[in-house]
Amino acid sequence: MDPEIAKTQEERRRMEQQLASLTSVTFDTDLYGGNDRDAYVTSIPVNEDDENIDTMDNEVARKLASYTAPKSLLKEMPRGGAEDDNDDLLGFKKPQRIIDREDDYRKRRLNRVISPERHDAFAAGEKTPDPSVRTYADVMREEALKREKEETLKRIAKKKEEEEAAVKENKAADDKGPKRRNRWDQSQDEGAAAAAKKAKTTSDWDLPEETTPGRWDATPTPGRLGDATPSASVGRRNRWDETPTPGRLADATPAGGATPGATPAGMTWDATPKLSGLATPTPKRQRSRWDETPATMGSATPMAGATPSAAAAAFTPGITPVGGVDLATPTPGAINLRGSITPEQYNLLRWEKDIEERNRPLTDEELDSMFPQEGYKILEPPASYVPIRTPARKLLATPTPLGTPLYSIPEENRGQQFDVPKEAPGGLPFMKPEDYQYFGALLNEEDEEELSPEEQKERKIMKLLLKVKNGTPPQRKTALRQLTDKAREFGAGPLFNRILPLLMQPTLEDQERHLLVKVIDRVLYKLDELVRPYVHKILVVIEPLLIDEDYYARVEGREIISNLSKAAGLATMIAAMRPDIDNIDEYVRNTTARAFSVVASALGIPALLPFLKAVCQSKKSWQARHTGIKIVQQIAILIGCAVLPHLRSLVEIIEHGLLDENQKVRTITALSLAALAEAAAPYGIESFDSVLKPLWKGIRSHRGKVLAAFLKAIGFIIPLMDALYASYYTKEVMVILIREFQSPDEEMKKIVLKVVKQCVSTEGVDAEYIRNDVLPEFFRNFWVRRMALDRRNYRQLVETTVEMANKVGVADIVGRIVEDLKDESEPYRRMVMETIEKVVANLGASDIDARLEELLIDGILYAFQEQTSDDANVMLNGFGAVVNSLGQRVKPYLPQICGTIKWRLNNKSAKVRQQAADLISRIAVVMKQCQEEQLMGHLGVVLYEYLGEEYPEVLGSILGALKAIVNVIGMTKMTPPIKDLLPRLTPILKNRHEKVQENCIDLVGRIADRGAEFVPAREWMRICFELLEMLKAHKKGIRRATVNTFGYIAKAIGPQDVLATLLNNLKVQERQNRVCTTVAIAIVAETCSPFTVLPALMNEYRVPELNVQNGVLKSLSFLFEYIGEMGKDYIYAVTPLLEDALMDRDLVHRQTAASAVKHMALGVAGLGCEDALIHLLNYVWPNIFETSPHVINAVMEAIEGMRVALGAAIVLNYCLQGLFHPARKVREVYWKIYNSLYIGAQDALVAAYPVLEDEHSNVYSRPELMMFV
Amino acid sequence: MQASDRFNINSQLEHLQAKYVGTGHADLNRFEWAVNIQRDSYASYVGHYPLLAYFAIAENESIGRERYNFMQKMLLPCGLPPEREDE
Repeated sequence: MDPEIAKTQEERRRMEQQLASLTSVTFDTDLYGGNDRDAYVTSIPVNEDDENIDTMDNEVARKLASYTAPKSLLKEMPRGGAEDDNDDLLGFKKPQRIIDREDDYRKRRLNRVISPERHDAFAAGEKTPDPSVRTYADVMREEALKREKEETLKRIAKKKEEEEAAVKENKAADDKGPKRRNRWDQSQDEGAAAAAKKAKTTSDWDLPEETTPGRWDATPTPGRLGDATPSASVGRRNRWDETPTPGRLADATPAGGATPGATPAGMTWDATPKLSGLATPTPKRQRSRWDETPATMGSATPMAGATPSAAAAAFTPGITPVGGVDLATPTPGAINLRGSITPEQYNLLRWEKDIEERNRPLTDEELDSMFPQEGYKILEPPASYVPIRTPARKLLATPTPLGTPLYSIPEENRGQQFDVPKEAPGGLPFMKPEDYQYFGALLNEEDEEELSPEEQKERKIMKLLLKVKNGTPPQRKTALRQLTDKAREFGAGPLFNRILPLLMQPTLEDQERHLLVKVIDRVLYKLDELVRPYVHKILVVIEPLLIDEDYYARVEGREIISNLSKAAGLATMIAAMRPDIDNIDEYVRNTTARAFSVVASALGIPALLPFLKAVCQSKKSWQARHTGIKIVQQIAILIGCAVLPHLRSLVEIIEHGLLDENQKVRTITALSLAALAEAAAPYGIESFDSVLKPLWKGIRSHRGKVLAAFLKAIGFIIPLMDALYASYYTKEVMVILIREFQSPDEEMKKIVLKVVKQCVSTEGVDAEYIRNDVLPEFFRNFWVRRMALDRRNYRQLVETTVEMANKVGVADIVGRIVEDLKDESEPYRRMVMETIEKVVANLGASDIDARLEELLIDGILYAFQEQTSDDANVMLNGFGAVVNSLGQRVKPYLPQICGTIKWRLNNKSAKVRQQAADLISRIAVVMKQCQEEQLMGHLGVVLYEYLGEEYPEVLGSILGALKAIVNVIGMTKMTPPIKDLLPRLTPILKNRHEKVQENCIDLVGRIADRGAEFVPAREWMRICFELLEMLKAHKKGIRRATVNTFGYIAKAIGPQDVLATLLNNLKVQERQNRVCTTVAIAIVAETCSPFTVLPALMNEYRVPELNVQNGVLKSLSFLFEYIGEMGKDYIYAVTPLLEDALMDRDLVHRQTAASAVKHMALGVAGLGCEDALIHLLNYVWPNIFETSPHVINAVMEAIEGMRVALGAAIVLNYCLQGLFHPARKVREVYWKIYNSLYIGAQDALVAAYPVLEDEHSNVYSRPELMMFV
Repeated sequence: MQASDRFNINSQLEHLQAKYVGTGHADLNRFEWAVNIQRDSYASYVGHYPLLAYFAIAENESIGRERYNFMQKMLLPCGLPPEREDE
């Protein structure tokens, strides 16, 4: 069912429930009596979950109404967590859990069982494996058994369905009542009806066990979900036939003898007619909280109070089995320690406790304190009154141990320990409630010494894992390292037995999974061949990652499997995965196929080919063949063009699948061929020779899904062909495609569109053919309004049509759809517009004749005016594209267009005004081409008048339009004149909206660049002050435009005033502002020559203020970076300043000065300034021992700069003094410098190395250098 | 080294440098450095043809012979490494 629909239905149902609960007391039993009520339906339930909610309304619950919380509250209680959006509202905001974003299919991973380890044939050598060890043969046998069971089950289900159908027929004949009754009606008021129902319906529980084999022996996994249970074709299986884990309330209550008395609540479960559930496919239903109890509840007696049913059950007398002391005290603390509580239970328990506490009966003391002392009298309760305080309730109400009935815990302690997690001993990280199950043992403060070595090891592993999972980053890091280092010591078994269950935890979060997967990865690397027995286990846990939504999870999964296959070897991998290949569950097969493709890419395709061949030819089951072929598909998708060397063998392996008797196999074969062809494109057509015939035969004989797959394969193969063949085959396939144009199937439509696109774009297909044979049908079937509604269809159709236009030309396509620009459906108009835009932008408008041109402009204007919502700017872009490609031909229409624009600029809706302004900026260039300068001037004036616009988005667009006009017609011709325009812009510069800022500063910058003389200097100065504020903008583009504008203004009015403003700005606090100011100063210096700026700048350095001095130095640094070679004239001027800065106490001074030196050195390299540079190097050099990262970086770069400017030899000479210094700290630094020198200029050093004396037998001298001719 | 600059570019710089043959470190001894110098020198001689030609004239050998000799000398340019005296 569509999740959307399910959601709406769920909502409606909830509303109805609430309405019903309001009136329930008055009309239900009072009027109709309890027993008749099941004839009425209050709502038609969407899914099975209804019964769970209904328990709130049932009679038992109602009897106790005074003791329970209000129903609305109960209903809001988190039911198992996952689907719960109430959590946010209630402040239980959780981090993202993986399970929450998984769909039903992905949740099936939780069904998989972490299988016991298997026999490792390599390690055992010749020995016969111990019978207790699972060998490959065992696993295969089990799989076969399972398959058989599934078959039997299917047959049984089918039989039942038939029987039921027969019964229904009979019933329909009898039943003439107008009201439609379904089986759900019957469970409306189970409480009362239960007994009767029980007699009527036989439940699964009553059936002899042999009739429903299959599920019973499946090992339960923690947190398995009811609805996730796969069922091949029976539809959804009812949860009743799932594994009855002892920990389940539903199972336990009716079965267990502990239940005191006949429990009506428990019986309601029996009353559900579950046989029909087995037979009829039930719609997708919510995760039921009943199904979440993990198996680890184990043999512990189920506690009704702690089971998720608590919402209703806890308040039901009788349902609570009062067993031993264990049960009586549902204190999570105690339970947690035994590790027998699930997270869901915990959460519920917390809730239940909360509500229980708020609704507890008031004590006498409390009542006394509430009521005034006088005017009230305490009455004796009537003699007939018996409080409904069953022992069970009492126990739940006050967590008292059974032994001391009269003692009540002091109030302050009430419930306190419940929420505060027990302090983990020994510096362990915080443990989440759901972790107790796995790590609970760590909390038992046993003496480590007393444990056996094995236990100690386990404990150690657990500790490390907990640290990795929940610890702080440093904790995590050391734990991870320890796990890695000691991996072999711990052994594969203990490690994986701890890690893998954690990964199956239903409440796992992304981050935790990532960390655990990382642990596996590291450990794998260390364990190497020791992992062999655990390969399957690991795969069970890792395979789901391969189909995760998250890209990085998929990559991670691939990496692990790839490492695993390298560690375990091909044979082990195949042995581990072979049984899963024909698993009954599609999910398992799917993930296995993906995992196999990863193995193939890790170990090489050739290694896997023989195996694949055997699998694809499996006679035993179609599933094996299907999976085998799917592996090939996945390989193609995964490794792309790397399939080319093996293309022929891969195709050969799967080709027979096209003729397979099973339809699914044929489909997947065709899809695999498509994937192979896509991966191989544009090569490898010869490998597909053998499949061409079956494919082409296939498209004639198949229908539906298979046909779609075949067409897809053909669509990908045709582009690989030579022109001649492509043309031939296209004509062959086109007949079928044209037939399928009419298919109502969405999937088929998409594939057909895609194939048409691929066929049309191949070389050999000529335009005439498309025009005559394809276009008419194509447009008739696809260019309909419905196609515009689905986004994927929309996109595909536009792409295909554009591709066709590339072949047949603009006129044909545009001519066919231009009328639709006036269609009444807006999405459709938009689709037409987008197509026209793309076609025209690709191919130009020269094909369009006068008539079509008229239609086109008319249609575009209509569509533009009629648009209501256009977030993607499709209409705007389309308009722009068409007008620009028509060029001068638009001239006759311009007055009309401008009229529309003007009209729309005055519109009430801001969006419309914005679009109108945007349109001006798109067509300004064309207006110029058409010599409509007067019109533009007019528009300029109009826009100028709208500068008072209050919507920033619109104002931004208006400014953009003005900019476009100014750009085109130039400063002199602009109307309004620049001298009027600019003063109007100055206040707008204050606007803080990004779009306004960006457009405004662009416009101002433009004017400053081209038309500064039209504006008085005073105005420019005013703008300078405004611009300073702009330096704070978040957007880089704005800051850059601002800085450039400073340059233009300085050029226009001379640098002095601008510079003064900027230098003053160096005093501000904000760092970003200062940085931008320094850049602006540097730019001013660059545009107005440094000599106009340097004196003032250097003078500013005398201000005894850190920020200012640093600003000056930074400006110098930027300045020398910008002016490059020009720096040689100024280097002597600034040297004294830099000398001072490099000797300053302040680190930042030295850092900035060093980077100035670097830029200077790089600028003047080879220009004869060595004397100054050596002088500066002498000041830079002592800073090499700095430890602050930024400073040392700057110093190192300065030295690098010196290497370039002075040559490596000189710097080497500086180095030599420290390379063999007695202090290691010194040597380290010097070698670092030496190394960067060496890497930068190794060859140049040869001539400068020192002369080393020979020693003993070693010759260090280099006699060659002494040679002289 | 502080925790903060364990991850910054400077520590990586040293790591990067260490990837190149011929770079040095604080524990390099005289012999090892000299070997690097010699090998660099020979590589440089062989790499610059005019230099090779110059040496050929000076030694009255053919250029090819010179090149061969230099390459041979790069094997053990300074002789066997000295016995390591324990520090």
